[in-house]
Amino acid sequence: MTEEKHVLSILVDNKPGVLSRIAGLFSGRGYNIESLCVAETMEEGVSRITLVTQANLPLVEQIKKQLNKLINVIKVFDMTEAQYVQRELALIKVTAKPENRAEILRIVDIFRCKVVDVGMDHYTIEVTGDEGKLTAIRGLLKPMGIKEIARTGMIALFRDAK
Amino acid sequence: MKLSGAQILMKALKDEGVDTIFGYPGGAVIDIYDELVKTDIRHVLVRHEQGAVHAADGYARAAGKVGVCLVTSGPGATNTVTGIASAYMDSIPMVVITGQVPRGLIGNDAFQEVDIVGITRPCTKHNYLVESTESLARIIKEAFYIARSGRPGPVLVDIPKDVVNMRIHYKEPAKINMRSYNPTINPNKRQLQKVVSLVEKARRPVIFAGGGIILSKASEELTRFARHAQIPVTTSLMGLGAFPGSDPLWLGMIGMHGTYRANMSTSECDLLIAIGVRFDDRVTGKTDAFAAQAEIVHIDIDPTSIRKNIPVTVPVVGDCRAALTTLNEMLGEADLNGIADKRQKWFARIEEWKALSRLAYQQGEVIKPQYVVEKLYELTKGDAIITTEVGQNQMWAAQFYHFNQPNHFITSGGLGVMGFGLPAAIGAQIAQPDRLVVDIAGDGSIQMNIQEMATAVQCCLPVKVVILNNGYLGMVRQWQELFYDKRYACTCMDHAPDFVKLAEAYGAVGLRATTPDEVEAVLKRGLSNYKDRPVIMDFVVDKEESVYPMVPAGAPITEMLLV
Repeated sequence: MTEEKHVLSILVDNKPGVLSRIAGLFSGRGYNIESLCVAETMEEGVSRITLVTQANLPLVEQIKKQLNKLINVIKVFDMTEAQYVQRELALIKVTAKPENRAEILRIVDIFRCKVVDVGMDHYTIEVTGDEGKLTAIRGLLKPMGIKEIARTGMIALFRDAK
Repeated sequence: MKLSGAQILMKALKDEGVDTIFGYPGGAVIDIYDELVKTDIRHVLVRHEQGAVHAADGYARAAGKVGVCLVTSGPGATNTVTGIASAYMDSIPMVVITGQVPRGLIGNDAFQEVDIVGITRPCTKHNYLVESTESLARIIKEAFYIARSGRPGPVLVDIPKDVVNMRIHYKEPAKINMRSYNPTINPNKRQLQKVVSLVEKARRPVIFAGGGIILSKASEELTRFARHAQIPVTTSLMGLGAFPGSDPLWLGMIGMHGTYRANMSTSECDLLIAIGVRFDDRVTGKTDAFAAQAEIVHIDIDPTSIRKNIPVTVPVVGDCRAALTTLNEMLGEADLNGIADKRQKWFARIEEWKALSRLAYQQGEVIKPQYVVEKLYELTKGDAIITTEVGQNQMWAAQFYHFNQPNHFITSGGLGVMGFGLPAAIGAQIAQPDRLVVDIAGDGSIQMNIQEMATAVQCCLPVKVVILNNGYLGMVRQWQELFYDKRYACTCMDHAPDFVKLAEAYGAVGLRATTPDEVEAVLKRGLSNYKDRPVIMDFVVDKEESVYPMVPAGAPITEMLLV
């Protein structure tokens, strides 16, 4: 059976140790975590964990059931089952030699990113978008020399309220 | 009213109906113990914290209540881990209270500090670190609720010493409201309707029942269902006693050491109704070949059990008893006239398998372990509560002691903990003081928690320990014999204590049989006397007897080594 990417949006009690329960579930049962994002929601005491995993269909069913079994998990959504918007943020520190600076700024412009820090020999660029966009800009900046990169992992919401 | 954390804890335990605690004191729980002795809760002082947890496990199963343990921080807490993991695998309701260093010291590597909540996260149903005295009453209430509801399991509550000491104005905890925990009890009726039509259609049906039947107290409903619909029944190890072992529809246990007819009929059935089971690998063998011709119905309260190992035609999430009650109602309306006739061919086929291979052994000059278990069955009329250790002793107990009632077979099924049987027998005896409780043990595993003999003597408990003494770690030796060219690497325990003298040293009674004709006399003497202290009966049995039938690990369950 083919493995597919699944974006799970997990509402949890915002209590100590909850992230550890989820991470422990994945490591203990040999499931895979591609990325993971956690933050509070509008509702007090509830956090949203957006977790990207790679699994075939029966396995992702099992993962969802195992997550639901955890006492602190309120609800699990598989975003992949419906239309959703996804975003990821990256900070990219790229070498900015005088001869490259104009080109970097052009790329920043085209991708609608921002230069958030300028050093003697680098720019730090803030980029948001889906995974494709992040991969694309990374490819374009690579020849100039990427010094460091930090990414948040994906967050996502359904297009329609669920 | 101002109460200390310890007083609040006692109040919360009383509110939950706790009458017995298995425990071991230590620095972090002195204050709790100081309050405990002022209550009428019985405290059973074990000799090792692992013993406390297994005893609470045995107590929970024999009493049908939540087992409770109380231990100190650090090593006290870590010693409970094996017992908690075993209870988790077997879905036994239990609350384990551990002491913790004061809040201000947590994370400082304080004396006897360990992150027991972190350690037990993957082997508890849930666990708590109590961060304030104000939350203590609510947490204890939630812990018991979680432990006993849904698919039961162990819950650990870690209480720092200063939380116990602090005095606060006590408020009754509010009604439990956990929106993230709502187990499904009542199954979907449309799914059950599908089960009914499958039952009516099936020519070769089999019921495969497990521990879920016992936990949900559904034995009567299961028996009614099987008899009404004329479906033969097999069970997992954990399900023994869920269906009467003397019933004509009984197939015997399924799996690696199951009966030939149970395994064959499961493989050839056209409908498998699995209830309260989780399709453990010791049951299924090679999963692709398991019940390959059958439509499979799976009824279980835990959705993760369904389609975890085995694909299923009709999944039913819900409590086993609720499901069977509804099924019986539905079947009551259905026309089942002539269903027994329709199954004649199937029953005849099963009889053929039964004739081909029965559970048997050859009695010779030396005592056969199976003979001891069979005699024990005869003398107790199948009425004793049997606990076991793990290995050959456990399998012979399962094969040769025939269980007619639930909660009479108490074994560490999922985790397979050696050293389980004696403390579990202590717990069972405390829950059922008037019943005969027998631990069927091996000479290896009895030594793993033998210290609990002192507990049994101190509490004047008449538990009987039957040691099938073959001088080997028998089950591993059997695998070495069959699959490792008889290279008995480190399985020969040629130095063991004299169990008779050991029993006497503890203040118990020690008896021994070395020849077959002594077996009955020793059993009779041991079982019918000594009402105020434990008895160890040491049976020197055939050293290289093996458990048959056997399915090699990973093979289809039809590929059985018969003798």
